[in-house]
Amino acid sequence: MSGSVTELGFRLARQEGWNQSPVIERDTDTEQLEVAMGPHHPSTHGVFRMNVTLEGERIVRLKPVFGYLHRNHEKLGEGNSYLASMPYTDRLDYFCSLTNNWAYALAVEKLAGQAVPERAEYLRVILAELTRVQNHASAVGFLIQDMGASGTPLMYAFREREKILDLFESLTGSRMMCNYMRFGGCRVDASTEWLDRARTVVAGLPAFADEFEALLCKNEILMARTQGTGVLRPELAINAGVTGPMLRASGVNYDIRKVDHYGIYDRFSFKVPLGDHWDVYDRFMIRLLELRESVKILEQALKDIPAGPVMDPKAKIRGFRPKPGEAYGRIEAPKGELGFYLISDGGPDPYRYRVRPPSLINLTVLEDMCLGQNVADVVLILGSVDIVLGEVDR
Amino acid sequence: MLGEGILKGLAETAKNFAGSYVSKERLTTVQYPEERIPTAENARVFPFLVFDGKDWESGLRCVACQICEKECPPKCIYIEKSKDKKPDYVGKPQFYPARFDIDVSVCMSCQICVEVCPFEAIKMNTEFELATDDRFGGLLLDRHKLAQSNEYYHKIHPTEAAEVDARLAEEKAKTEAKAKAAAAAAAAKASAAAAAPKPAESATEKLAEPPAKAAESESKQGGGGQ
Repeated sequence: MSGSVTELGFRLARQEGWNQSPVIERDTDTEQLEVAMGPHHPSTHGVFRMNVTLEGERIVRLKPVFGYLHRNHEKLGEGNSYLASMPYTDRLDYFCSLTNNWAYALAVEKLAGQAVPERAEYLRVILAELTRVQNHASAVGFLIQDMGASGTPLMYAFREREKILDLFESLTGSRMMCNYMRFGGCRVDASTEWLDRARTVVAGLPAFADEFEALLCKNEILMARTQGTGVLRPELAINAGVTGPMLRASGVNYDIRKVDHYGIYDRFSFKVPLGDHWDVYDRFMIRLLELRESVKILEQALKDIPAGPVMDPKAKIRGFRPKPGEAYGRIEAPKGELGFYLISDGGPDPYRYRVRPPSLINLTVLEDMCLGQNVADVVLILGSVDIVLGEVDR
Repeated sequence: MLGEGILKGLAETAKNFAGSYVSKERLTTVQYPEERIPTAENARVFPFLVFDGKDWESGLRCVACQICEKECPPKCIYIEKSKDKKPDYVGKPQFYPARFDIDVSVCMSCQICVEVCPFEAIKMNTEFELATDDRFGGLLLDRHKLAQSNEYYHKIHPTEAAEVDARLAEEKAKTEAKAKAAAAAAAAKASAAAAAPKPAESATEKLAEPPAKAAESESKQGGGGQ
């Protein structure tokens, strides 16, 4: 069921704690320095501020400040009809709009007790895994960019992402704001030509993964920067509610696709890669390995996809009013557990609309990972969390 | 050997660099204003209003039902209903929008207006080069700026437009057949009522009257459409 990073990962032989700067003795007359990193620092992946307190180069305190991109998403959802919230979910984690769509559709389908046709389930899996591939590729690209590799790996990742976004555009009409899934299925059907194009793109992904691994995995500079940096212990990760690649890099075998079997994920065989050193390098490797596992799922789904309708004929577009009740729909989004909690009072809009954003909750352990590290490592550690501020601030 | 990984990575970048001169696969950049990738067929940018025939004003399919205005998530549509009516594609008198504004600086291109429209009147455009230096008026499109012919719709979304046309034609044929059948039935009934014996006259007349009237008005509508 699970593999380990060390199967492919490489380690530099080093002493423990080599990258921690020495603790400065108090009697040498020094002062702590407070530095605001952000909100416009290019490494913060959006408008995000970290107030770090430094002793020399060493981090003694870190306070994340966010909310600059707050758009009142949850309250808007309570005033809008169920359907009208769907395009807003695209704007949560704007890198992965299709997984956001799926999580929201899943919650509403649970609330209304709606079934989803077989073909739509397959299409959802295909699109979610394509989303995961492009998210992980660009997350790794951004992480390497944060280390100072100015552009090359990121551009390789974006070259691949572009092919996937073209697929999204030709199916859903938009590259990033897809607004594709509906309660009880998907908006439009994929043509056979589209599926063939998707097969060609997926067939090219293993070569891309090989190239990316040859470029990065054994790079000594990358290993020296990332190995032993930003260790997140599994106990802390579990207690803080961290999910997704972050949690698995800390060696906890928890993937909602495996434990919750939402959609039709129990039909596909794939492994869950796990980290065993819990550092930035493991988080980087986990994403590359998950990318390969996603390609496996994609190959199976594209082979087995049945014909049929993509929309439940009983589904309603207008005048949708689920019966009173509550539901929580969750999926394994590329960044972690993305959940939507809805309470219906029988009206056309939800009484309560709540998002469980993986980026925000993964960000809560940032200080714990950064304490005792150098200030330059903060940028790496933040990059390895893989946040999107649209989702953190909502 | 220390440094082996770096050299391997450099070999990879060298391969890409050299490859970009020979292989299109490795040089994916498009020099945008000079070179263009054709837009995907169902790409969507901002909505437009479809009109049939030559005249944009009389041909607008929109009947000002205001469903899109209500369903629009960011509420960027503003509609004012007309006072009078004009016949639509099946000949039924309908309201038309006296005002139909879309603020494209608010619109988020979600296509929900298209999905909820029962009259196939609003569709998504693929035109994306819409930059303007007029900050306030230039992005508020009125119904004249929004109106595009059905031919234009066919040009940008051929498959979808063909489906829509087939659906509309079917509906029109159905309505016409219905009107014809209703008229025939009413005529038959009226002649039956006229031929009926005298004692039952008052009762049959009362029964026969409303269908005959309905048939008259329906046949008038059918005529108006042609």
